[in-house]
Amino acid sequence: MLNTLKNRFEQGYRTSRYPKEKIALWERYRGLPQINKDASADLVRQCAEACPQNAIDVENRLIDMGRCIFCGTCERISKGQFVSFTQDFGISVAEKKHLLTDGTLSSLADHSKQHFKKLFGRSLQLRQVSAAGCNACEADLNVLATPFFDLARFGINFVASPRHSDGIVVTGPISRNMKTALLKTYEAVPDPKVVIAVGSCTLTGGPFRGSPEITEGLDSLLPVDLFIPGCPPHPLTNLHALLTYFK
Amino acid sequence: MKTDFLEISNGGAISRNQIPHLSFNAFHEEALNIVGNGGKVVHYFAYSDDGSVKLLAVLRTDTLLVAGCDAPEAYPSLSNQCEPFHMFEREMAEQFGIRPEGHPWLKMVRYHPNCRNVPDVFGNNYQEDIPGNYDYYTVEGEEIHEVAVGPVHAGVIEPGHFRFNCIGERVLNLEIQLGYQHRGIETLLTQVDAKRLPVLAESIAGDTTVGHSLCMAQAMEALSSTRPDAGARIIRTIDLELERIQNHVGDLGALSGDVAFLPPANYCGRMRGDFLNMALLLCGNRFSKGFIRPGGVLFSMDNEVRNILTERIVEIKPQVKHVIELLFSTSSVRSRFEGCGAVSNSDAEKLGLVGPAGRACGIPYDVRRCFPTEHYSNLDIPENAEPTGDVYARAKVRADEVMQSIDLIQSMLTDSVETNCVGSGNASPAASSFVVTVNEAWRGEVSHCVLTDAQSNILRYKIKDPSFHNWNGLSMSLRDTEIPDFPLNNKSYNLSYCGFDL
Repeated sequence: MLNTLKNRFEQGYRTSRYPKEKIALWERYRGLPQINKDASADLVRQCAEACPQNAIDVENRLIDMGRCIFCGTCERISKGQFVSFTQDFGISVAEKKHLLTDGTLSSLADHSKQHFKKLFGRSLQLRQVSAAGCNACEADLNVLATPFFDLARFGINFVASPRHSDGIVVTGPISRNMKTALLKTYEAVPDPKVVIAVGSCTLTGGPFRGSPEITEGLDSLLPVDLFIPGCPPHPLTNLHALLTYFK
Repeated sequence: MKTDFLEISNGGAISRNQIPHLSFNAFHEEALNIVGNGGKVVHYFAYSDDGSVKLLAVLRTDTLLVAGCDAPEAYPSLSNQCEPFHMFEREMAEQFGIRPEGHPWLKMVRYHPNCRNVPDVFGNNYQEDIPGNYDYYTVEGEEIHEVAVGPVHAGVIEPGHFRFNCIGERVLNLEIQLGYQHRGIETLLTQVDAKRLPVLAESIAGDTTVGHSLCMAQAMEALSSTRPDAGARIIRTIDLELERIQNHVGDLGALSGDVAFLPPANYCGRMRGDFLNMALLLCGNRFSKGFIRPGGVLFSMDNEVRNILTERIVEIKPQVKHVIELLFSTSSVRSRFEGCGAVSNSDAEKLGLVGPAGRACGIPYDVRRCFPTEHYSNLDIPENAEPTGDVYARAKVRADEVMQSIDLIQSMLTDSVETNCVGSGNASPAASSFVVTVNEAWRGEVSHCVLTDAQSNILRYKIKDPSFHNWNGLSMSLRDTEIPDFPLNNKSYNLSYCGFDL
């Protein structure tokens, strides 16, 4: 008993005060990309060629955050002259076309479905479907339940059955072998329901694009309400998205 | 022992001409001989070369051995006489449609058509997109019942199907059918541009990003005759140890949660996050994605980063130590851990268990000691082995490794580390070459095998996650336990679904 108490004191109080207080992430973290529209055409082309995800739209000088895995290749090559990644982790969008960006994002709160705020703003129960990713997105969703983030204090929980949930959170590029299970889970959620796509794989196929075994974009199968980019999205990106969209 | 197999080194590329090409019978006999005498299977796979199919085996004794042969359409199963081959023969049957006659339990591994368009060995119709659509192992009797779980599980975890054959609460057999996460990675790796290779390696299993990235980086370095500088090797070693701590700490917390002792469950969850944030400190990503590339690393560890990392580790080390002490000194935890899900040493040998799962059964094999890569030959890696093979042993091995890894990292942080960061890390591999790389990731032996063709393209990329060996260990653990002990056993292994499904 004494040992338990000693540990309790040593561990202290760890829950963050986000969103009341801002959290600044370390400079090496790569969040919202900023594009310099005046970069030389040659530099833009070099970045586009080196991008492992073909995420750079050369003509319009935009970056597709759905494809992007935030590896920083373009920033390194252009030495920040074309793309530089900020530490802004609030990068989620409500419409797929908004993933294509020059660094200015339209407000997620304004684009969220307003009746969802009324329905789910105080209590949101989510069923997670892991559909063939690498388990990093799942891991950083799970982290939201740990004391630092403490997702439950916002009335948001991950639940064990689609029957108990208000929507699904999908991760992974939806393999052929998971498609049926995903669609059945979706069907089992009562209406009205929310669909949240988490991570580059779910948004566009991510690193696996081109494989016949996967689906390049959850939106080709289901109506997606919230797109959360990243590989994997930082837990704060997930938290920011949930709070901004539903609160 | 004299053998027709060729001795090779970990991460040493050779010309494919040097690989002994035996007759199938000689290959078969020699492989059985080596593995029958205590050797282990690292790889055993098929590949197409100039229209013909060939087999290749990488075995390990106290050294790594390789040999190949032409693949027959059907052949007498090696698993029949020697269990460690059994998963590999099933995989080969699925990928290439080669039938191992008399295999004790021939069923699909990942549920996908073979790459040669030959008749399916399992008689599956792949238009039906459910891997679980097959006759599971059944037990009959009046009081027998089955429990089917998955692919979608109750938690935030990966998909897989578990079928329990039970009598009352007692589990007679647990059958595990995976494949739901199959993404076709091995095929994709032979088709994509070089710039995508490291990204795919990072996505094989996100919790083993460092382990798989190192295997790929070392393979590409060997094939292109480059070598990372000493600083990069230290940074990569630190990163691999960090990954070990992240996962072990998280799982110790989950184990505590599964026996309803909540303080360590919460503390470990938070501390795991702190260790993930140390990876973010190094490279900007909590899972070390975008860090390791052929030739070195993309981020240096300047003194500012080194000092912050050192301070954070000094601060968290006593907390980790005390929580582990709390966990293992709590009698209610001990009584649930001890004796639960025991696997005998001889079963573990036959199943070829690796990593902490093997060490918990008294098999001390650790790649870091036996085939050291990176900075490991300069480090003193303790030999871990627990005799009991139960949840307690698996938890104990992992707890010990956490504290050892913290010490290892601290020992590497004492002096400043200099490295020249690599650019793109795109390597051009040598033609007609072969390399195998092996590393001790947190789950155990992870290995990649690369064959190139005459044009220097990747002809075959074979990946083996330690989970490929260890899932059968979980199955064995469940025998004669209760269903309520499943989560506990499952967490004590915490195997990779995606690393297995590829």
